[in-house]
Amino acid sequence: MSDSVQHRIELKGITKAFPGVLANDAVSFKVKPGEIHALLGENGAGKSTLVKMIYGIMQPDAGEIIWDDEPVMVANPKAARKMGVGMVFQHFSLFEAMTVLENIALGMDGSYSQASLEEKIREVLHAYDLKLEPHRIVSTLSVGERQRIEIVRALLLEPRLLIMDEPTSVLTPQEVGQLFETLRKLSKTGCSILYISHKLHEIRDLCEAATILRGGKVVGECDPREETPKSMAEMMIGGNLKQISKAKTREFGADRFVADGLTVPGEGDFGVALDDICFKVRAGEIFGIAGVAGNGQNELLLALSGEQPSSNANAILLDGQPIAAMDAVGRRNLGLCAVPEERNGHGAVVDFSLTDNAILTARERMGMASSGILKGGVATAYTSKVIDDFAVKTTGPGSLAGSLSGGNLQKFIMGREILQDPEVLIVSQPTWGVDAGAAAAIHQALVDLAENGSAIVVISQDLDELLAISDRMAVINEGRMSKTLNVGEASIDEIGLLMGGVHGDPFATAEMTEAVHVH
Amino acid sequence: MTYSLLIPILMTIVGAATPILLAALGELVVEKSGVLNLGVEGMMLIGAVTGFAVTATTGSAPLGVIAAMIASAASAGLFGFLTLTLTANQVATGLALTIFGIGLSALAGEGYVGQTVDVFGSVFPASLSEHPTLRVIFGYSPLVYLSLALVAAVGWFLSRTRAGLILRAVGESDLSAHSIGYSVIGVRYMAVLFGGAMAGIAGCFYSLVLTPMWAEQLTAGRGWIALALVVFAGWRPVRLLLGAYLFGAVMTLELHAKAAGFSLVAPEFLAAMPYLATIAVLAAISARKTGMSLAPACLGKPFKPSS
Amino acid sequence: MFIELEKRKEPSKAMLYLTPVLAVVATMVAGAIIFTLIGHDGLGAVRKIFLDPLLDTYKWQDLGVKAAPLILIGVGLAIGFKANVWNIGAEGQYVMGGLAGTGVALATWGMTGWWILPLMCIAGVAGGAAYAGIPAFLKTRFNVNEILSSLMLTYVAIQVLYYLMRGPWKDPDGFNFPQTRLFTDDQILPTVLTNTVVHLGVPLAFVVAIAAWFVMTRSVFGFQIRVVGAAPAAARYGGFNSKKTIWAALLAGGGLAGFAGILEAAGPFGQMVPQFPTGYGFTAIIVAFLGRLHPIGIVLAGIILAVTYVGGELAQSSIGLPGAATGVFQAMMLFFLLATDVLVKYRIKLASPAKAGDVA
Repeated sequence: MSDSVQHRIELKGITKAFPGVLANDAVSFKVKPGEIHALLGENGAGKSTLVKMIYGIMQPDAGEIIWDDEPVMVANPKAARKMGVGMVFQHFSLFEAMTVLENIALGMDGSYSQASLEEKIREVLHAYDLKLEPHRIVSTLSVGERQRIEIVRALLLEPRLLIMDEPTSVLTPQEVGQLFETLRKLSKTGCSILYISHKLHEIRDLCEAATILRGGKVVGECDPREETPKSMAEMMIGGNLKQISKAKTREFGADRFVADGLTVPGEGDFGVALDDICFKVRAGEIFGIAGVAGNGQNELLLALSGEQPSSNANAILLDGQPIAAMDAVGRRNLGLCAVPEERNGHGAVVDFSLTDNAILTARERMGMASSGILKGGVATAYTSKVIDDFAVKTTGPGSLAGSLSGGNLQKFIMGREILQDPEVLIVSQPTWGVDAGAAAAIHQALVDLAENGSAIVVISQDLDELLAISDRMAVINEGRMSKTLNVGEASIDEIGLLMGGVHGDPFATAEMTEAVHVH
Repeated sequence: MTYSLLIPILMTIVGAATPILLAALGELVVEKSGVLNLGVEGMMLIGAVTGFAVTATTGSAPLGVIAAMIASAASAGLFGFLTLTLTANQVATGLALTIFGIGLSALAGEGYVGQTVDVFGSVFPASLSEHPTLRVIFGYSPLVYLSLALVAAVGWFLSRTRAGLILRAVGESDLSAHSIGYSVIGVRYMAVLFGGAMAGIAGCFYSLVLTPMWAEQLTAGRGWIALALVVFAGWRPVRLLLGAYLFGAVMTLELHAKAAGFSLVAPEFLAAMPYLATIAVLAAISARKTGMSLAPACLGKPFKPSS
Repeated sequence: MFIELEKRKEPSKAMLYLTPVLAVVATMVAGAIIFTLIGHDGLGAVRKIFLDPLLDTYKWQDLGVKAAPLILIGVGLAIGFKANVWNIGAEGQYVMGGLAGTGVALATWGMTGWWILPLMCIAGVAGGAAYAGIPAFLKTRFNVNEILSSLMLTYVAIQVLYYLMRGPWKDPDGFNFPQTRLFTDDQILPTVLTNTVVHLGVPLAFVVAIAAWFVMTRSVFGFQIRVVGAAPAAARYGGFNSKKTIWAALLAGGGLAGFAGILEAAGPFGQMVPQFPTGYGFTAIIVAFLGRLHPIGIVLAGIILAVTYVGGELAQSSIGLPGAATGVFQAMMLFFLLATDVLVKYRIKLASPAKAGDVA
């Protein structure tokens, strides 16, 4: 593709308001043909809103989009695709019960025969050295393969601008490497790439230019290759990064929480079975569990928290007592609290007040109920204490959980569990979708709780998070747990291979990772 | 002897199966788009009374059917406005539509109780349609043949056309379809209106073909059986056809047992048979874990794009 | 121009209480227009149906008697709806409750004693609850949709009623009419106000509503019902068993419908007849929604729907409005409520399509 234009896309003063929030405030930047341009910002900085306007899903309130040096109006995604804009969504726009081919056909605007479309798909797969089977049903695919569907769907349009929204949050380090290869190949053909992320080292590896957003405004532009992750992070959060204060030398107590041969059959069509999970957490220790999404983390949380009791009572021990056959209430009474990954509708009921959400899990331990009758006063007092101690921004215990921002709701949920003074705390994705300030507060609270002698299990897809706070860690892959690693001694490569399913062989290659994944 | 009994039994089965097939086929398309319209019974009654009134007034049964389709589709449009545009609860709105249809049809049909109308002519020459044996194939109302053609058409539409693919996609993941750029609400409106029109034909089948007359609550809960049939069929048109004829057979059993003076069990038990059979079949179908995976993932959930 | 919904940050409390009133008013306005258009005295119909029963103090006792079963069933259904359990077969549970109580009445016929009536009531509650237990069992064991199963069972219950009336329970001295003996004095609900038809069931309905209000707002059980309905995953996380909740919701709904059934049989009917199912079980669905699934709201809604029943009969006898008109008015009320419901969570904006080309 030859390009006579100066800029592939230019945004001028794009503004978009939602009730109560100015999501984008006069955002302007330019992307050259073939440039890989990062859009950097925290959760809630306005990145997603901005690209939705470029892709025509929503319209700006004010401002101008200039495409190949011509002002345009992008009425809908179809118009965007016609211009040559492709998009890979953070939350995939896929249809689980349909085949790869049907999914791709839905993303194409012309009418193709099945055979000719399949032919085109195979050409693209070959050209970019990607593996994908067109007749598989999406629900049977790994997360990495699903992302490939989105990428193929975008590539088939021969895009001149490809938008990637947080593409690596669900990939193993090796898969990230593969993705970057594909993107570099694509940019060489003249296609510009708008790469949205908050992962700074990735942006340094891949991008030639970056625009930094904070609170809906452009707060800086830079060449990421000339910056350090720290300097970019400070631009992104607008201040100094807060360090977690953690005692260097720590004494651990006896084994407090033990999973010993925990096996759970997979539930339904999409469930992952847990196979002989074993690990030990000592008093005062933070134990991290890494892994790519969809490898049994949800099932593990349900099994550990008691939402999914097991028939083998000895599969989980709390201070030596078998608890695996108990339900969530029974375990909570013994001092095991948990925080699930999904806040809305699992960790909290969005249509309920914060007080009611406190009753949800703290009613027994904190004495909010006696002989079946709720004590409203006790519940309100506890809720107020959670709000104060964890600096939850809200109008009061009576406000609805759904009215809180993601970070504030997460702080509330964490606070609700931590103030119950648990012996064991199980948390999944503690800082998912949370701004840096709230994330730092949550990490500090976990470290402090551990220092008081609790055993903590943190399940997370964010390796950086686990490396920062945990003392030991393991990796979960397809429902099986790896050996336990000491943080500080394990290399990223080794962990990455474990995440991809290669157990115990540090010299395995990326190709092997791939082979394990496809079976 | 047995032969002369068999032909009318087979023909009654077809008669009993056709209206629930028509209504269920419409609901299948509605549910495939992710919408649960529990107002089938109400829409059928509105169609039944409209078809009867228009036929009685104009003397033309085809005109009656068309009017019924329009009236029922209009009531479905009301359902669509509430659930799609105003995001009202689909279960409650469907129930309201049924209560409304029962009342409205009773009100509108008051003047027509006791009247009869000229029914449809036959599509085939009398030598075939009134032949003692061959009438089992050629002796039905045109609506019967229409229902069979529609099964094929809907099956082809859903599995072979791009529009059908889009409709399934909307029912599978409304948010994904929206982000790719399809009009979720638009597709669902079309499906809901189609479901209404089909319920209208189904209603007409009672008032213009089976009875043919108008009485309050003429459809006697068959709309609910049509809803159960969609679950039974696992959202597949061909299995819907089989299921409808199976249900038709159960209902016919009741009629013929009564007529034959079959006295081993109470007639009330026979009258309850179709409903008991429906429950039994639902239990058998729903117990299978894999069966439900065919249900459209978004069924019954209102579409709320997160701005 | 098209309608645009803008989500409110928090649901509007004012709208929550205002929309049922709006729905009733809209029904009156729309009803007047529609009935005028189809050739009736629309305004007269609305006045007869909605106002006359309230203005005529002599009709108040009828309102109480009609409202009692609607309130009882509505309160029970609301517990289910709150838990996202869609029991719409209350009519069948009402019939079964009536039949179970009647069974006791027939078995104790000729006996005397204060214990007979309470025993009938217990049997009524148990009968309704047991009948609702069938969809509960099917739902928890086989995952059968309770909407369809509970509704199918209503048709079955009516056939059971017909069978009993025509056969085993037929009054031996009743000239072969398909109905039971008249209940005896010890089997009939006493009236609580002399010289009226207001029977003991009327105050009981109010007591039940207040008790339900306390349970739903103050007890762990009520909390459980609300959590399971609002967020099943959160309920499981909080340690609530969803199967138990489904059972509880259906048994509560069926039990109260059955209670309403026996109170009707031992009250206004005084015997069991084939005309026993009068549609209270379906109208109570409207009552539950119009009352916002809140027991106290349901009391008010029950009275409003009772007004339309009494007014409907008035309009039928005085201005010849067809009996079916009442059902149309009732359904319209539910439609309008569902339509205005959107105002609780959203603000309505009339907007023209956004012009993206506008440059600031």
